[in-house]
Amino acid sequence: MQDVIIIEAGRRERHYWLDLWRYRELFRVLAWRDLSVRYKQTVIGVLWALIRPVLTMLVFTIIFGQIARLPSDGTAPYPLMVLAGILPWSFFSSGLSEASNSLINNAHLISKVYFPRLIVPTASVVVAFVDFLISFSILVLIMAWYQFLPGWQILVLPVFVLLAFFASIGPALWITALNVKYRDFRYVIPFIVQFGLYVSPVGFSSSVVPEQWRLLYALNPMVGVIDGFRWCILGGQSKLYLPGLAISIGVTAFFVWFGIQRFRKMENSFADLI
Amino acid sequence: MDAVITVENLSKRYLLGHRSGKQGVYRYTALRDVIGREARNFTRKAIDVFHGRQVVQGDEVEEFWALRNVSFDVKKGEVVGIIGRNGAGKSTLLKILSRITEPTEGRVLVRGRVASLLEVGTGFHPELTGRENIFLNGAILGMTQREIRKRFEEIVTFAGVERFLDTPVKWYSSGMYVRLAFAVAAHLEPEILVVDEVLAVGDHEFQKKCLGKMHDVASRQGRTVLIVSHNLATISELATRAVLLNAGTVELDGDVARAITTYLSHGAKSSVYERSAEETNRRPHVSRVEVITSNANGIHSFGEPLEVRFCIKNANLISRGCFAFQVFNQTQYPVLYAWAFHPQVRIATNEGETVLVCRFPALRLNVGQFYLNTYLRETPDGEVYERLDGICPFEVVRTDETIPWAWHPEACSYHERWEWTISNASKRESAPYIGRRSRTITR
Repeated sequence: MQDVIIIEAGRRERHYWLDLWRYRELFRVLAWRDLSVRYKQTVIGVLWALIRPVLTMLVFTIIFGQIARLPSDGTAPYPLMVLAGILPWSFFSSGLSEASNSLINNAHLISKVYFPRLIVPTASVVVAFVDFLISFSILVLIMAWYQFLPGWQILVLPVFVLLAFFASIGPALWITALNVKYRDFRYVIPFIVQFGLYVSPVGFSSSVVPEQWRLLYALNPMVGVIDGFRWCILGGQSKLYLPGLAISIGVTAFFVWFGIQRFRKMENSFADLI
Repeated sequence: MDAVITVENLSKRYLLGHRSGKQGVYRYTALRDVIGREARNFTRKAIDVFHGRQVVQGDEVEEFWALRNVSFDVKKGEVVGIIGRNGAGKSTLLKILSRITEPTEGRVLVRGRVASLLEVGTGFHPELTGRENIFLNGAILGMTQREIRKRFEEIVTFAGVERFLDTPVKWYSSGMYVRLAFAVAAHLEPEILVVDEVLAVGDHEFQKKCLGKMHDVASRQGRTVLIVSHNLATISELATRAVLLNAGTVELDGDVARAITTYLSHGAKSSVYERSAEETNRRPHVSRVEVITSNANGIHSFGEPLEVRFCIKNANLISRGCFAFQVFNQTQYPVLYAWAFHPQVRIATNEGETVLVCRFPALRLNVGQFYLNTYLRETPDGEVYERLDGICPFEVVRTDETIPWAWHPEACSYHERWEWTISNASKRESAPYIGRRSRTITR
């Protein structure tokens, strides 16, 4: 006979990950829905994904490069260095906010249909990823403008994109689960994003941080991600600080593990609380 | 045959929060009490957050068992109707069976692929087109893209929205929206189908089509169906067996007709509104309203006498008073208005309690859910003493006559008595219409 589903209290699905794989089509459809709805009824549509990083780049270049006169990485043009930080940062921040609010935004689904809930936050990060890809074309244009050729390091870039994804999904899973129970956490996200922008090396190079503080600084997982991006994109101009990177990866891995664990613990009660 | 669903001692508990009614000996609320209470609440919430427990508002926590030790089996190919009053645990049971929420105790064994339809059009996105929503909704209900593509034409034809496939559904009329949504759901091919109330939507003709489709699914394709509906006609038409839930427990499991009769006869034959005793009000107010229905659980049979009793309390002597109430149907439309004011008749002008009884010798409202609004005022256009909204819900059903189609709340709001005369032009004679039953000549 067919497989038997047992429904009882506190039962951890033994086939959790297999179930997730079975519902991959729903993952695809939800990501596609978020994407196709994103720019409906907007005048300039996809251009939003281009305007935001360009304006941020201009402002940061003027404030940190011109007014504060902070050094760039090696001989790399300041705007290029800033943009190489903005791209992963906005991927991270929009991924984090989308995923954190995803369960609340899909409350009607959660309370009416069963599926592995993990699909919802991960599918919403896809939107942030597509925005990231679109913004990436700006970077290519700016590089062409400065006639800046990346080195072999650019090939490692996907690894750091993946790291940025994990850095955003880990805390997001925890926050989105908490958000279902305690709506206060909705207000935490904009704060984290705003605060994070200042404590991450987005507008400046992390080389301006004094040597003795760099290990501590790397506890912010985005430090590792942004440094990695700069290293890949600016070629040899940006030095990769390996101990710091290791710490950032460690922190990211911890948050992913912690996020999934908390999420799964609360998952079963989502429908009752939402 | 083997049981495809086995429910064993299923229980589900919810926690409810209350604000405690005790205000101490003093009538006013002191700031120090408020601060003290808020501080206690905050500490409790903080501890709950720390332990990952549910945060409950208010300062008293009460347990509420939506289901208590429910057990039953469903065999392959059975169509089981689940009936019971509001709050009897029907929806909770369906939610557990469709794995949306987990039980507190007990367990369920399900053998086969389950599709649950707790709502029509779950996940429909207003900005997406009809075509896109078919794929979206299908995927949410658990169909693969291949299955949807295979049945796409069928779904579109069933819904009758061919011309609007590429229009965002936000421009659809509500009828079209519901038709499309049901069409997707109707083409699901699970082994076990769990349905909640979804037939209560759409226009008359489409409902018939849906009912036909459900019949098909159940009888011809031999699938197992669990259906919850307020519409007793639907249950008696579709179900082969019924489970009657009462306050979270199984009251009766078996024959459909017997379950429906039990449902209609057990329990208080009224729907009551009662003002909580703690509230003291010196203004004239309605302290109790009781709608006395012909059947149990606030269910009234069409054509039977209906009585509504009002108790009006009045601590201050007033010189004049008048009273009126309205009956609203489920679309929030007033269908009945009754008043008690007359220059010669004094109402509630005595201190103490006044009882008003309004009796309808034969209530001829069409089937559906109804509720009352009451108005207590000085004069018909004078000061309003009290107004109550949405009290005493009751339901009208028709048990006096069966028709080959279902009784519909949307069909009309009232049934007038009628007489048909049918004349045949070729025979040049006229005779009263004689139906299959003689009592259909006049009503």
